Amino acid sequence: MRRYFIHRLLLLLPTLLGALTLVFALIHLIPGDPVEIMLGETATGADKQELRRNLGLDQPLLTQYRNFLIGLAAGNLGRSLYEQASVSEIITARLPATLELALCAMIAAVLIAFPLATLAAVNRGRLLDRGALLFSLFGLSLPNFWLGPLLMLVFSIQFGWTPVSGRGGLSHLFLPALTLGLGMAAILTRILRASLLQTMHEDFVRTARAKGLAEKQVWLKHTLRHALMSTITIMSLQFGALLAGSLITETIFSWPGIGRLTVQAIQTRDYPLVQGCVLVIAVSYLLVNFFTDLLYKLADPRVSYEK
Amino acid sequence: MKNNFWLFSGAIILLLLVASALFAPALAPHHPLRQNLQNDLIAFAADHPLGTDKLGRDILSRILYGGRISLLIGVATVSLSLTIGFIVGSLSGYCGGWIDLLLMRLVDILLAFPGILLAIAFTAVLGPGLDHVVMALCLIGWTSYARLVRGEILALREREYIQAARALGGAPARIVWRHLLPNLLPPLLIQATFGLAAAIVAEGSLSFLGLGVEPPTPSWGAMLNDGRQFLLVAPHLTTYPGFAIMLTVLGLNLVGDALQERLDKRNR
Repeated sequence: MRRYFIHRLLLLLPTLLGALTLVFALIHLIPGDPVEIMLGETATGADKQELRRNLGLDQPLLTQYRNFLIGLAAGNLGRSLYEQASVSEIITARLPATLELALCAMIAAVLIAFPLATLAAVNRGRLLDRGALLFSLFGLSLPNFWLGPLLMLVFSIQFGWTPVSGRGGLSHLFLPALTLGLGMAAILTRILRASLLQTMHEDFVRTARAKGLAEKQVWLKHTLRHALMSTITIMSLQFGALLAGSLITETIFSWPGIGRLTVQAIQTRDYPLVQGCVLVIAVSYLLVNFFTDLLYKLADPRVSYEK
Repeated sequence: MKNNFWLFSGAIILLLLVASALFAPALAPHHPLRQNLQNDLIAFAADHPLGTDKLGRDILSRILYGGRISLLIGVATVSLSLTIGFIVGSLSGYCGGWIDLLLMRLVDILLAFPGILLAIAFTAVLGPGLDHVVMALCLIGWTSYARLVRGEILALREREYIQAARALGGAPARIVWRHLLPNLLPPLLIQATFGLAAAIVAEGSLSFLGLGVEPPTPSWGAMLNDGRQFLLVAPHLTTYPGFAIMLTVLGLNLVGDALQERLDKRNR
């Protein structure tokens, strides 16, 4: 396990450094003058000079890159241009809202997908199975920038069951979590159904049945547990999609998380904040994948890099 | 039979959408940019079957013209991504060694960014516009093709007929083009189908955030964004363009799924 951890960590580090370099390059290699893009053409020369100095853009590129990495190591992501606070402070304040939403979306996806996929696999080829596949197909085809307003129109405006926007209790969470989680539920349903159908014909499941185990136990203790392995990977890969999807969903429902913060920073051209948000989302994604790999190894000791 | 039904349904949807986009000037009842402030936010009228927007522009005409933009961006993104991905994947898979290591690390780095995030950051920095959207979507788009091509080439290059071609002194580019490409086409076609769906959704997302094509050019995502502020009084502004995106993506997913199933059966 230790060897596996070190191997995985060694693979993570260059990728992480590459991702950081790419985010740095995004802001620093903009064609034209980034300061002019940020302040607009009407800004005075003194204002531009001041901002250039504040952002360290008056220094050579390599020095800027070194300072960027040193700052990152110290947890310093720079200062927002418009809010009187550091980027890390602003992001830290918004992070819990995004994590709350992503977690609830994941729970919603699991709550929809697991029973649906199990029922579909048990009733293969029947109406229920076809219904599950159809749900999965439509779920994958519904973009969340359409689903969100539609759900809002039905549940908030027509029926008045849920608040239109903002963060508060469970009622506030319902629509954004459903918007964000439905696509994931569609993918999970499809993968888990296929995985269950494959596991059903494995020798160990046949043996469990031959031993006289009750059908419920065969499903819960053997088939479902084994099929979960492939689902863990998909869930971790989908976590990144949830983080990216939060940009749209949080904007639709005015959810005060990192997604909405990123969009607001883009609209106000607050590039240090944009850079910080993109960085945090990308690093979270990498770390989630890293820990999933470790979990995977813990769950199934046969996983290794050896061929 | 079932597989044929899905393939047929998806193909019909796509055919209708492509035809409506191609013949938009003939089919659209009005010019997509023509404003009529006296007829704003109408839900239905005989000469505006899908209603009008806040500037009195005809929604049906804008959806038909918007389809051109979505399909254009989708096809351009997939073509460019496929070309880059094919070149990188072939180099990586055929040459191996440090070239493979370097190129696949680059792929890993780009894949460290979830889906559309890098595209959003890229267009945020460069500004909106059709070419910027295509470039932004290609930035990550090519990686999936490169991985696919590399994987397939690694699996194919030890086959006897490839080794025979190599022993006969065939140039690497010729071997890839003449012998490997025909085998790569089916999986690439499937990947391109799903890639087209992803590109259309991504363009919609960028336009929805105001980072896609610039107004007043009609785009499904931008129309949705415009309509959001009138959700209470004019829900049709949001409903129809979203339905158009969903239908397109559904058609592509149906075709992609059916093709994938056929390929799986063939390989089994």
